[in-house]
Amino acid sequence: MKTIKELQDIRIEKRKELDLRVNTKADSREKHILVCHGTGCTSSKSPEILENFKRLLKEKDINKVRVIKTGCFGLCAKGPIVIIRPEDTFYAMVTPEDCEEIIQTHIVEGKKVERLLCKDIDGTIVNSLDDLNFYKKQKRIALKNCGVINPEDIDEYLAFDGYKALEKVLTSMSQDEVINIIKESGIRGRGGAGFPTGKKWELTKVVEDSQKYVVCNADEGDPGAFMDRSILEGDPHSVLEAMAIAAYSIGANKGFIYVRAEYPIAVKRLEIAIKQARAYGILGNNIFGTNFSFDIEIRLGAGAFVCGEETALLESIEGKRGQPRVKPPYPAQHGLWGKPTLINNVETYANIAQIILKGAKWYSSIGTEKSKGTKVFALGGNVNNIGLVEVPMGTTLREIVYDIGGGIPNGRNFKAAQTGGPSGGCIPKEHLDTPIDYESLKEIGSMMGSGGLIVMDDTKCMVSLAKFYLEFTVSESCGKCTPCRIGTKRMLEILEKLCSGNGTELDIYKLEKLARNIQNASICGLGQSAPNPVISTLKYFREEFVQHAVEKQCKTLECKALSKITIDEEKCKGCGICQKSCPVKAIEGEAREKRKINQEKCIKCGTCLTNCPFHAIGN
Amino acid sequence: MENNLVHLIIDNQKVEAEKGTTILQAAKKVGIDIPTLCFLKDINEVGDCRMCIVEVEGRRGFATSCIQTVEEGMVVHTNTPKVLEARQVILDLILSNHHRDCLTCTRNGNCELQNLAMKLNVLDIQFQGERSEHKIDDLSPSIVRDFNKCILCRRCVAACKNIQKVGAIDCINRGFEACILTVEDHSLKDVNCTNCGQCIQACPTGALHEKETIDEVWIKLKDPDTYVIAQTAPAVRVALGEEFGMEIGTNVTGKMITALKRLGFDKVFDTNTGADFTIMEEATEFIERFTNQDTLPMLTSCSPGWVKYIEMNYPELLPHLSTCKSPHQMFGALLKTYYAKKEGIDPEKIFVVSVMPCIAKKFERQRSEMKNEGLYDVDNVITTRELSRMIKQANIEFNKLDDNTFDDPMGEATGAAAIFGTTGGVMEAALRTAQDTLTGKDLEKINFEEVRGGDGIKKATVNLAGKDIKVVAVSGLAKAREILEEIKSGKADYHFVEIMACPGGCVNGGGQPIKSSKVRSEVDVRKLRADALYSIDEKSTIRKSHENPIVKKIYEEYLEKPGSYRAEKLLHTTYKKREKYKL
Repeated sequence: MKTIKELQDIRIEKRKELDLRVNTKADSREKHILVCHGTGCTSSKSPEILENFKRLLKEKDINKVRVIKTGCFGLCAKGPIVIIRPEDTFYAMVTPEDCEEIIQTHIVEGKKVERLLCKDIDGTIVNSLDDLNFYKKQKRIALKNCGVINPEDIDEYLAFDGYKALEKVLTSMSQDEVINIIKESGIRGRGGAGFPTGKKWELTKVVEDSQKYVVCNADEGDPGAFMDRSILEGDPHSVLEAMAIAAYSIGANKGFIYVRAEYPIAVKRLEIAIKQARAYGILGNNIFGTNFSFDIEIRLGAGAFVCGEETALLESIEGKRGQPRVKPPYPAQHGLWGKPTLINNVETYANIAQIILKGAKWYSSIGTEKSKGTKVFALGGNVNNIGLVEVPMGTTLREIVYDIGGGIPNGRNFKAAQTGGPSGGCIPKEHLDTPIDYESLKEIGSMMGSGGLIVMDDTKCMVSLAKFYLEFTVSESCGKCTPCRIGTKRMLEILEKLCSGNGTELDIYKLEKLARNIQNASICGLGQSAPNPVISTLKYFREEFVQHAVEKQCKTLECKALSKITIDEEKCKGCGICQKSCPVKAIEGEAREKRKINQEKCIKCGTCLTNCPFHAIGN
Repeated sequence: MENNLVHLIIDNQKVEAEKGTTILQAAKKVGIDIPTLCFLKDINEVGDCRMCIVEVEGRRGFATSCIQTVEEGMVVHTNTPKVLEARQVILDLILSNHHRDCLTCTRNGNCELQNLAMKLNVLDIQFQGERSEHKIDDLSPSIVRDFNKCILCRRCVAACKNIQKVGAIDCINRGFEACILTVEDHSLKDVNCTNCGQCIQACPTGALHEKETIDEVWIKLKDPDTYVIAQTAPAVRVALGEEFGMEIGTNVTGKMITALKRLGFDKVFDTNTGADFTIMEEATEFIERFTNQDTLPMLTSCSPGWVKYIEMNYPELLPHLSTCKSPHQMFGALLKTYYAKKEGIDPEKIFVVSVMPCIAKKFERQRSEMKNEGLYDVDNVITTRELSRMIKQANIEFNKLDDNTFDDPMGEATGAAAIFGTTGGVMEAALRTAQDTLTGKDLEKINFEEVRGGDGIKKATVNLAGKDIKVVAVSGLAKAREILEEIKSGKADYHFVEIMACPGGCVNGGGQPIKSSKVRSEVDVRKLRADALYSIDEKSTIRKSHENPIVKKIYEEYLEKPGSYRAEKLLHTTYKKREKYKL
């Protein structure tokens, strides 16, 4: 148990110790080697790297250097990442074997290990994190502490104003004052739908009941999205603090974090964080000596996508089959065990403490008119810098893809980007300059979603893309309501028909009819948004559907039954490189002759296409 | 009261409805019949199938009319082009994954899906595709599950899990693979199913039905060497007429007897006579236990679904269960002993067919305890529904039949026996006999209103011969569980508890005519049938079991007295602990 005074002492002491983490001008005799321990880097042996560093320092009897495990730095493509502070040296793709050299050269000799320094897309060597284009346009609020602090040490969280917002709320603010700040900040739910957070809190507060609940939705399920996981892994206390603030403002005393069991590191760090917070009296009875009591329990999800839907999540917490409830009534009125319940997403919570500390005005000055603050995106697909990015709302897709993401690899062109995962839609290149915010995305037929952002180059078939997402929703539909259970299956069957060359124009009409009615009639967001990938690809790439259905042609190599690779006789110089590279000997022709493709043998793998030095092969 | 009313407009018609009324109910008030499929009043109100969707002005998306309630000023449209298209697509999708072998389906003509296809004018299936294929489970002696006809409305799950709190079936898997299964897909015969058949009553299609055994009955009827006897349970006579278009609760005893005779049964007897024996035995057993304060409360044992339930779930309470066999088993045993001897018929040639409102009786008759001298008491159990099918097969115009009476010498039963078919009836019949036995008088009090009515648990204290006796009549297994938990924890101070597995008792048994969701939301089917039974009781000249002359005669001539050695041998049984799962 700690008093407010004791906590403040810890903050001051620890902040001094951690100054070098954020101050490049700090005394560089002391150093912190930060080793990313997010899921990505962990799977690439970062725990071994950490152990190696510790062992080497011990062996070499170096005392002024500490090794710290941190959360995710964001640039996952470069992992495992090691950063040395205060000088902010960024080592990329470090292996456990590199540790010796880093300690010897960097720590002992004071020189940088050139070969491990991170390189930008253009090949320039980056000395420090902030020099990287990837970080230049980012603004980190939700991810503020990720990669900075040790998520398993509550003192490090305290050092960076941790639990100060909760202290402020409990000691000096009324419930309504808290709700008003959240409302004025303009923050909206980061789980996807973008419902105003303050409004949600208010709706739950006004319902009178002696028992209310606060729930954190950490059932991140969109393929490719991992921002919630990173926040939980890198800064779990920020979520606990926000949940306590929310609980105070709505009058709840019990919280649940519903997190996927597939996130073992996040779960472990949450468990540690809750234990530490309890030990300090930040969770439990009479927090900070006030009348306010609040505690949090973790509930593990078994991996069903639908459990990210708030009412299905509630059912699952209650121990029932994860299936959505018909709304209204909303959880604010009828939530967990029928009690008023506030559910927010991880990323939403990660913003709360800073809104309280820095004020609604500060927060609402970031972003666009209707979408305030920042949004974290998991940038993936055909883009150079794969990773987590946090940008102010209103940043354009072009800025994210080209400035932060470093553009499309292999000299290909941008074709489309999918936001919102299987519930979202694709954005074609004519909308690259759309500012990313809730309204603009909706207007062009996509949605913010939880923040997955998959970039696709011009080798991608949009009918196949729609099929891919439908495969996902078909396997993740809970099966409760008819349109989603059978309707999405029928849509997938039609898309399969189209991709295999058995479709007709009537199938496109059927797809549209199904899409419309599944959208209208399904119970929950999963079903209602399941047709979105089909609707948006049909909107922007209808000609591809028609090509598949009528001309029986797929201009990419994705639909094998419909694609055809040919050699342009005029461009072919008869070099034979294609013939040598063909794995199935489908290319015919004698030396120096123009080559031909035997279509019966060709498996459309595209090897010849990429190998032809004269760009004579096309599809 | 005024402010409890809500005003709204549905399809341009003004509607006034009480707060809390669903849009579906409110629409009904102005003659609008919004189609439903998964909805089953008080049992399954979840909005899964999406058939009942309507548009509400100012609201994003459709409203689910079967569960969402009316609000002041609401403007509802139940048949806009958008709604109609969605409904048509939904039905199309359901049909695309349904084995549409309607002509050979047991529910042909009484299928909610079929009716809906008619109502929505479905002329072809637009969205054909893969169909789920499942093997049929017909190993249970009572229930057949044909998942190929399941539309995943989950009414059966709600009946089993929520109403009965048995939970033999539930939904597993996701999406298109979702299906209703038992534990690890074992046959219903090997899981915790009690054979109550409430799932069948809930099913809108042919996915669940009774294990039909009429073929064997036909064979026996045609065999000149077999002496085929029918006995009919009380609840059958007040429901059978429904299968021939008569009003719910019509008493068709006379026509039923005529029909059975036309079918070729050698004798048609009344299970009610068996019920009178049950009362004699049970009342005697109770008085003895009450006098000795031995293992109280005593629990009744007429309902085989209930008996299997306690054997599986509360074996430690089995000593509380009366050792009496159920009426048709008692009667069967007497037919093959007393009656056979009296008429000079070889009991091996007697084939007893029980016509029951119950499918658990199909299981019960096969229990090894239900045998005497190597012969089963009862040889075949058919349900009310199966009898109606036989009558139709035999070209009998049921509605035009003359009335007939049960055959002598086993035919005459009391009003007390008639009310066995409804919850509280066994208790009331037993109390009539117990009070006379205890006082040695012919008391005037006959009606025990305290134990009548549709409530799941009805408690009363009755004064018999100066002693207060605490009784409870329970129907539905969820309610039974509540009482058993009380007994188990020592909190129960009851003396006599009647338990029937089906909510409302046998009138609502798993073998009774199946009423559509629409009918069940408009009328109280159980009450109408129960009222008919009470009416039979009222009209009976003899209303106490111990005054039944046949009963008296058989005790005099054969059984000696209730609880005698012979009565114990023929009319009583034993129970055993049963594993819930044979895995």
